[in-house]
Amino acid sequence: MVKINFRDTAAYYGAEPGGGAPTKVKITFVDSHGQARTVEGEVGSTVMETARRNDIPEIAAECGGACACATCHVYVDSAWSEKTGKASQMEEDMLDFAFDVQPNSRLCCQITVRPELDGLIVKTPSQQG
Amino acid sequence: MSHPNAAEINTDVVIIGAGPAGLFTVFELGLLDIKAHIIDILPRAGGQCSELYPEKPIYDIPGLPLVTGQGLTDNLLQQIDPFGPTFHFNEMVETLASLGTEQAPAFRLTTDAGKIFNAKVVIVAAGGGSFQPKKPPIPEIDQYEGKSVFYAVRQMEDFRDKDVVIVGGGDSALDWTLNLEPIAKSLTLVHRRDAFRAAPHSVSAMQELVAKGKIAFKLGQITQVEGNEGQLAAAMLKTNDGTIEKLSCQRLMPFFGLTMKLGPVADWGLNLNENLVPVDTEKFETSHPGIFAVGDINSYPGKLKLILSGFHEGALAAQKAHRYIYPDKKLLFQYTTSSTNLQKKLGVS
Repeated sequence: MVKINFRDTAAYYGAEPGGGAPTKVKITFVDSHGQARTVEGEVGSTVMETARRNDIPEIAAECGGACACATCHVYVDSAWSEKTGKASQMEEDMLDFAFDVQPNSRLCCQITVRPELDGLIVKTPSQQG
Repeated sequence: MSHPNAAEINTDVVIIGAGPAGLFTVFELGLLDIKAHIIDILPRAGGQCSELYPEKPIYDIPGLPLVTGQGLTDNLLQQIDPFGPTFHFNEMVETLASLGTEQAPAFRLTTDAGKIFNAKVVIVAAGGGSFQPKKPPIPEIDQYEGKSVFYAVRQMEDFRDKDVVIVGGGDSALDWTLNLEPIAKSLTLVHRRDAFRAAPHSVSAMQELVAKGKIAFKLGQITQVEGNEGQLAAAMLKTNDGTIEKLSCQRLMPFFGLTMKLGPVADWGLNLNENLVPVDTEKFETSHPGIFAVGDINSYPGKLKLILSGFHEGALAAQKAHRYIYPDKKLLFQYTTSSTNLQKKLGVS
């Protein structure tokens, strides 16, 4: 599987955090084997960008964040699903192209990192594409 | 733009991939009197731009503050039209053989449609690889693929009098539901939700068939298959409330969209680095003289996967391609603004 090297483009377009409010939050990605990786996400970027910058496995993000490929599918931990909110209509449509979609499924390019998501836990599926 | 049927096609350049990098390379080659044939596995030009985000705005094309993926593709097609490129869609280059020498390269390419191309230069503009159907994570499904599990219909007759299960909620799933219903023995459409991102008239036609009892619609997903020696006997449907239902069927068609796979590029003997093709930054030539790589598929220090990078790379590759194709001609650098020679080629003089 070809993975888009999002790191370079992310650095190129890098989010510029504003002053005042916290600019970094902790996000934990749990892979399909149960291994957890906790990384820092920048407020204003997306959960998908956070994953790519930190080499999180099982997030392909083929389209680079355009909500056009369904290869950044995650399951939001039940404690966090209210805070991350529901998928938009467009995102629901794209989720039709993901596998094993559950009620807590999201495309993580559509979850913007906000201060209240500090501690967010998402699980990644075994197969994206 | 014609679709020649001749078995062998002789050309200066074959470009593999009709995305923005491949398309603009046609322009740069054309200014240098170099003719190109373009091969793409998709049914239309544009690559990721038309396949992944035709309606989405792009903001970083120089001189175009905002353009959609389809808009950019249409503009590029208009821009290269004076050079009369020949497109070969729905085809994948399978083999690439090198027949020439370092000074005078020559290549022979074959596609999965059986076409043969003889070219002096090959430009790989394959982006993230070729778009191929996504295969669902059903255990052992690969044993049934091409025999009773299909991701595309090649022969409709193969579905006659069969119990068919189609999975998905997009245009492909709905179109094939409507097309196969008249000839299948039974047809069941499986989708995870009672909403469809397909053309509204297809959705209403499908719902009418369900209402008339001609097809079945089930909410859920296929998690397992049963059968023997590639021949399907049943598919296990996991409904949204978690119960399992066994659907007897001899044909299964999952439609989960496309994904990018490197594909045969890996078999052409090029140096590869993490599925990318390393090139120099003077000519964007690969380790093999006469084979160039432009756009997202190449790699070099400082590479940015931006469309504008692909444009620049195509322009420089064309300069070196000229030396292979016209070894005795001196290349004069000219501007389209001032050169009547270039303006003639563009049909504006």
